[in-house]
Amino acid sequence: MTPPLTATLGTSLGGWAGPDGERRSTPARLLVVGGRLLDPAGGLDRFADLRLRDGRIAAIEPRLAADDDEVVLDARGCVVAPGFVDLHCHLGEPGYEDRETLATGTRAAAAGGFTTVCCMGDTNPRLDCGAEIAALRARAAAAGVVRVLPIGCVTRGREGSELAELGELAAAGAVAFSDDARPVRGSRLLRHALAYSAMLGRPVVEHAVDADLAEGGLVHEGPVATWLGLPGVPAAAEEIAVARAIALARLTGGRLHLAHLSTAGAVDQVRAAQAEGLAVTAEVTPHHLLLTADVVRAGPDRRPYDTSTRLDPPLRSAADAAALVAAVADGTIAAVATDHRPQRQVDKDCEYAYAAPGATALETALGAIMELVVAERLSLQAAVRALTSGPAAVFGLDAGRLAVGGPADLVVFDPDAAWTVEPTRFHSRGKSTPLAGRTLHGRVRATLVGGALVFSTEC
Amino acid sequence: MYRERSAAPERATLAAGAAPASSPTAGIDLPAPAGEAEEWPGRRHVLDLDDFSAGEIARVLRTADAMKEILGRPIKQVPALRGLTVVTLFYEASTRTRVSFELAAKRLGADVVNVAAASSSVTKGESLLDTAHTLRALGADVLVMRHAEAGAPYVVAQHVGCMVLNAGDGWHAHPTQALLDLYTLRERLGRIAGRRVVIVGDILHSRVARSAVWGFTKLGAAVTLCGPPTLLPAGELPWPVAVEHDLDRALDGAEVVMALRLQRERQQAGLLPSLREYVRLYGLTAERLARAQPGAVVMHPGPMNEGVEIMPEVAYGAQSAIADQVTNGVAIRMALLYLLGGGAV
Amino acid sequence: MTGEDVRRAVAKLARQIADRDAGSAGAGSDGSALLLVGLRTRGIPLAARLRRQLEELSGEPVALGRLDPTLYRDDLWLGRPRLEPTDVPVDVSGRRVVLVDDVLFTGRTVRAALDAIMDLGRPARVQLAVLVDRGHRELPIHADFVGQALATRREQRVAVRLHEIDGRDEVVLVDQAASTAERSSGVQRAIGGS
Repeated sequence: MTPPLTATLGTSLGGWAGPDGERRSTPARLLVVGGRLLDPAGGLDRFADLRLRDGRIAAIEPRLAADDDEVVLDARGCVVAPGFVDLHCHLGEPGYEDRETLATGTRAAAAGGFTTVCCMGDTNPRLDCGAEIAALRARAAAAGVVRVLPIGCVTRGREGSELAELGELAAAGAVAFSDDARPVRGSRLLRHALAYSAMLGRPVVEHAVDADLAEGGLVHEGPVATWLGLPGVPAAAEEIAVARAIALARLTGGRLHLAHLSTAGAVDQVRAAQAEGLAVTAEVTPHHLLLTADVVRAGPDRRPYDTSTRLDPPLRSAADAAALVAAVADGTIAAVATDHRPQRQVDKDCEYAYAAPGATALETALGAIMELVVAERLSLQAAVRALTSGPAAVFGLDAGRLAVGGPADLVVFDPDAAWTVEPTRFHSRGKSTPLAGRTLHGRVRATLVGGALVFSTEC
Repeated sequence: MYRERSAAPERATLAAGAAPASSPTAGIDLPAPAGEAEEWPGRRHVLDLDDFSAGEIARVLRTADAMKEILGRPIKQVPALRGLTVVTLFYEASTRTRVSFELAAKRLGADVVNVAAASSSVTKGESLLDTAHTLRALGADVLVMRHAEAGAPYVVAQHVGCMVLNAGDGWHAHPTQALLDLYTLRERLGRIAGRRVVIVGDILHSRVARSAVWGFTKLGAAVTLCGPPTLLPAGELPWPVAVEHDLDRALDGAEVVMALRLQRERQQAGLLPSLREYVRLYGLTAERLARAQPGAVVMHPGPMNEGVEIMPEVAYGAQSAIADQVTNGVAIRMALLYLLGGGAV
Repeated sequence: MTGEDVRRAVAKLARQIADRDAGSAGAGSDGSALLLVGLRTRGIPLAARLRRQLEELSGEPVALGRLDPTLYRDDLWLGRPRLEPTDVPVDVSGRRVVLVDDVLFTGRTVRAALDAIMDLGRPARVQLAVLVDRGHRELPIHADFVGQALATRREQRVAVRLHEIDGRDEVVLVDQAASTAERSSGVQRAIGGS
């Protein structure tokens, strides 16, 4: 993989609002003791204590004695990792506040162990100009509890006809460009965007699907679609679009990041492109790793046509899921990105064909990934890497690692704790998840951003 | 999941006038013994045949026998469902199915209300759930639903307190049609197990085909699906059926031929080169029918495009059971209305 | 009742049905032809036996039908019993219909059967013949012809067995509340006599 380009994203935004919305003073002196430190970026995997000062990591040592005025956070039995980085979420604000706000979305992120989230520009108004990017950053600083990095639209208004002013977006703070949840239809437009991406050092995040082939499709084209009488989206719809995007990346030397992959065919293409030395990276959602199209059919604990399973791209076959897991394990897919896409309940309580696609995912991401670790399909190191250093490298972010002197963004989680997914208790406004009612393993105990506690459970 | 041709079962000879499996016998006989083991553990909804056991299907067919007897009386009514309110909620127009359900309910003494709803879209007018909740609040005990989108009756069954009978949802299921097809065939052929059945036409978009496949395979018939590749579901199929693109080959040895209606829109959508070509390759003519077993039964769910998927001389010929299908529809729907909501006794 | 008791009771019923009206068996005093209708389940073989005996007595054919009154019951909300075929091959209008059942208890089954017969036509008259009348009527229903009257408690069950269905003829009284052990050791009382 090409080395990440470093990009400073401004100083840490000190003085975060606490989970209850009120400003809290950052505890200046904090000691995290007894946890298993897991930092894939730094190659760390050992028991150690961390000292946090003024929002930064001051020391990492096997045993640190607490000073009198230090607040001690007991992390025994837990893993201490860099705060998770989500490359792909939809936070609803501005324009769709009944689905999610920056306040509720970032609380959900904190509850899921995420300290940095990158939000898509399909808001209203779109994040397609410098002013909107700046406005979002300001709103997030005021109302959010974790770091929010905006992704600007590739095209004006996200309409797909003219390029947006990508240079201005980058200067205002956009970390990437994307027209998610749509592909960039015109190949010529995508070519130009990729050309800019190389110059600006920010990737184009492409929602790779051939819209014509996928039109009307609701589930993976296969036996489940046939059984349920639903129109299907063939795997080829993604494979064709991935091939196009990779060819254009090769042509331009641009930076291409493929959003929410769902097929084994796409994985094979990405692996080949990376072997060739192209700047192509990819992400996958926890749902596409853990679930298959079978969840749309009736099962012992589930009804068929449950609209919480309506996702875009759809959940696919067991072979696809296995290929995606293997790709995360070997690093071909560098990032697990949630594609957190909350919807109003009224947009889900309807016929499958009319249900809005998407699931609330920030609060279940760790639990879902840990199911793969528990089943020994993925190592804990690979899982944490895909949530921390992997995504940070893709967007070139100063995040996703535990370094002395670096920002004190951490997550403390219990890898063995079992818990049941109860959507009514989510911080997110979105309550629709295909994991509802499931028992998952892996529970976030505390999340710190800049040394401030933004989420904790009673341990 | 199969795609290969299933092993050929022994060919049954169809003697003309083969005795039907169960007709009410007069005289000194004992109560007629059940042919197959029946069961009815009880259900609140009939949404698809995929979760019916062979025993449940047997119970429905046997119950329909009793209902058919009522339809032969001068007073075609019994008070069994008095006090029950049945509402038909049809988002797709269909006179024949709707009237069939309405008559079925009335013959059993229930009250019937018919609601013809405009095509549902959340953005225009009332949502499906709003409508269903309103009807429930007005006293509907059973909702008989026909809808253009697969899965719609499941949404209602999950969220609203009434019993739901699926009268057809998109491409997915039409369980009452499949049951009346099985009943009609049992009248004509006796046993269903081992029969060679060919379903020809637009399988991809057909709820009748899907439910028929479930019904036939659960009762042990050998089913072949026949049609052009663009009108057959892609990939692996979730049923133990054979697939054949050549109708003449498929008809060889067939004992039952079910022709499906071809919608003209399919040609417009580019799924067929032309109607004429479809007729040439897949139209059921008398000449083609002769390739099947002598006495093979011809079926069609209706309404028919005469001259397209089926020729008039076949549709109205001696081997056609199409008229019986319509008659039996009322008896089957009476049987289901009677059985819904009841526990095992 | 033992097998012999059952056979005697059936014969008695046949005689009574034949005697009830003056003139030849098979025709009532008003001349209406007889139709025997057996009620599910064991009323049906009983009706068949009665037909055979009546035809022997009179030398003329007697019409026979079978009826399942389930769809007319007043307790369908409790469940959905399996339906047996109904087949009454002649028009009931103008006929003397004799309903035949094994046990007369609350009268509700007979009430349902009456409603069913009425929907089939307009009989000249309807009478009721039962093998056993166990009392505890809940409706104003009475049997015209009774094979054997039995005094029972409400909670007891009268089990009629006929060889066409059960392999042997007998009637036993079973105490529902009895324990399994007691039941098997013979709390059943066999009643003899006529």
